[in-house]
Amino acid sequence: MNVIVCAKQIPDPALPGALDPSSNTLKRDGKLILDESDMYGVEMALQLVDTAGGGEVSLVSMAPNGEVSGVRTALAMGAARAVLVSDPELAGSDALSTAKILAAAAKRLGDADLIIAGTESSDGYTGTVPEQIAEVLGLPSVTFAKSVKVEDGVLKVNRQTEAGYDEVTCTLPAVVSVTAGVVEPRYPSFKGIMAAKSKPVDTVTAADLGVNPVGWAGAGQQIVDVASAPERAAGEIIEDDGEAFNKIVDFLDKLKVI
Amino acid sequence: MAISNIWVFAQGAPSSSGAAAPTSTTLELLTKARSLAAESGGTVTAFVPGDAAEIAGALGEYGAAKVYATGDLQGALPGVAVSAAMQAVVAGGDSPDVILFPQDYVGRDVVSRLSVKLDRPVLTNNTDVAVEGDSVKATTPVFGGTKLVTTTFTGSAPYLIVVRPKSFAAESAGGGAPEVVAAPVPDLGAAGGAKVVEVHVEEHSGPKLDEANIVVSGGRGMGEAAKFELIETLAKQLKGAPGASRAIVDAGWVPYSYQVGQTGKVVKPTVYIAAGISGATQHMVGMKGSKNIIAINKDKEAPIFGVADLGIVGDVHKVLPKLIEALKAR
Repeated sequence: MNVIVCAKQIPDPALPGALDPSSNTLKRDGKLILDESDMYGVEMALQLVDTAGGGEVSLVSMAPNGEVSGVRTALAMGAARAVLVSDPELAGSDALSTAKILAAAAKRLGDADLIIAGTESSDGYTGTVPEQIAEVLGLPSVTFAKSVKVEDGVLKVNRQTEAGYDEVTCTLPAVVSVTAGVVEPRYPSFKGIMAAKSKPVDTVTAADLGVNPVGWAGAGQQIVDVASAPERAAGEIIEDDGEAFNKIVDFLDKLKVI
Repeated sequence: MAISNIWVFAQGAPSSSGAAAPTSTTLELLTKARSLAAESGGTVTAFVPGDAAEIAGALGEYGAAKVYATGDLQGALPGVAVSAAMQAVVAGGDSPDVILFPQDYVGRDVVSRLSVKLDRPVLTNNTDVAVEGDSVKATTPVFGGTKLVTTTFTGSAPYLIVVRPKSFAAESAGGGAPEVVAAPVPDLGAAGGAKVVEVHVEEHSGPKLDEANIVVSGGRGMGEAAKFELIETLAKQLKGAPGASRAIVDAGWVPYSYQVGQTGKVVKPTVYIAAGISGATQHMVGMKGSKNIIAINKDKEAPIFGVADLGIVGDVHKVLPKLIEALKAR
């Protein structure tokens, strides 16, 4: 079973984000790391290939400046190879252009049984790319997967819904987006980290993939204003002296909710 | 070209009476669509996945003049099926200028597929939508809601906009029964390979997370999964709903459905109690709109105290049990 995982490399979420003043888009030119949301997809893919008893996990990623640190993390976890799309022409790409690029990158890897993505990235969180990739490739898709398994060539997914969850079966090949916490991502071993350094990363441009137009030209949308949101007035902050719970009781009492 | 033909992706859900009623977000979007359409003397159309018989009256009351309904989806997932039905209507000549979708599991899937079918961009996570002449703008909060980014479309309609729940107040327009038109799902081919074989409804004893008057949320500071029981107990005592930060959802302590934040539910209760939550931007986006915020955290530098009306710098394992006892004694 061959699985492709969409691996986004993002600015470290622990650092404060910033907008590029010239374009008002998220600054992404520093060091990037593997989005934590995608570690679940990588782990899920490794487990599915393991259970199937054969095949490999490949990665597709799109990032500026040939950035590979996040991709190396996923390779260290056990993925075999990656296609990295890196191209100055891609700056400013919206979700739809990104999906077209990733779909083309996936095709470059050859026929896969399954494409896995996180439900949304931790930086842009548009949340549309997995389903858009499926539509570009003409594949069925199951989003918000809480559990994923493959039995007798059929994909079986429990899909999160507003009311609970749906049991869904799906033909392969297909696209699945997984929610966080669906599996426990492994830590890369030392051996894995060393091996990742020599695993193949095929770096390509949008033109190599035959996708056009991309970047600002293809975005179809433009940021026209960035404003500061109204701030909340500061409240009362107290140190707990063992009796602070009374403050909460009084607060709730005053609001007449207890 | 004026912005005059506005669609709303409208869903129903079982209500307490047993019959289906439009979801609260559907009514919010219809209300907004009405005000957008009013500027150009335009019309509002609702597009319903499934059967519209039980909810058409209410959709009309909130401003829909016309309702498209796909009929039973026969187990197909809504993303692929409803987008195909929408595309068929657009191809048939009724081309909307704007389609508003709710930011939920179904809305997001449908808009994603539709954006590829129509080759149009999507703006997601919006909290406001405005029409100025022929241009449509949408506003989305970023960086934990500290900045508001407004984006406009540069290409041609339809403009696809996904809006967060509770962005607008729902108001009835006192409208009459709408015209209901069938918008059947065409053959989906290979893309229709997914089928729902069983639906599981998880019973919740208390109010729904995004509708509760009081929300009590726990985060990493709760220490371990077993301690989340304190959150459940307090939420129940206050007739509220328990919630969680992404950190503990990722850690597998509680299901995704508990998550409050950018990637989870947006809540605006009368009181929000954040216990052991530091206030990552990811979380703040989902709860900053609460009327009153109480935060309990060991770290007095935690960002959550920046939005708290009452902040207790202390150990949740000491404060919560005492609070629960005190409330029990009342």
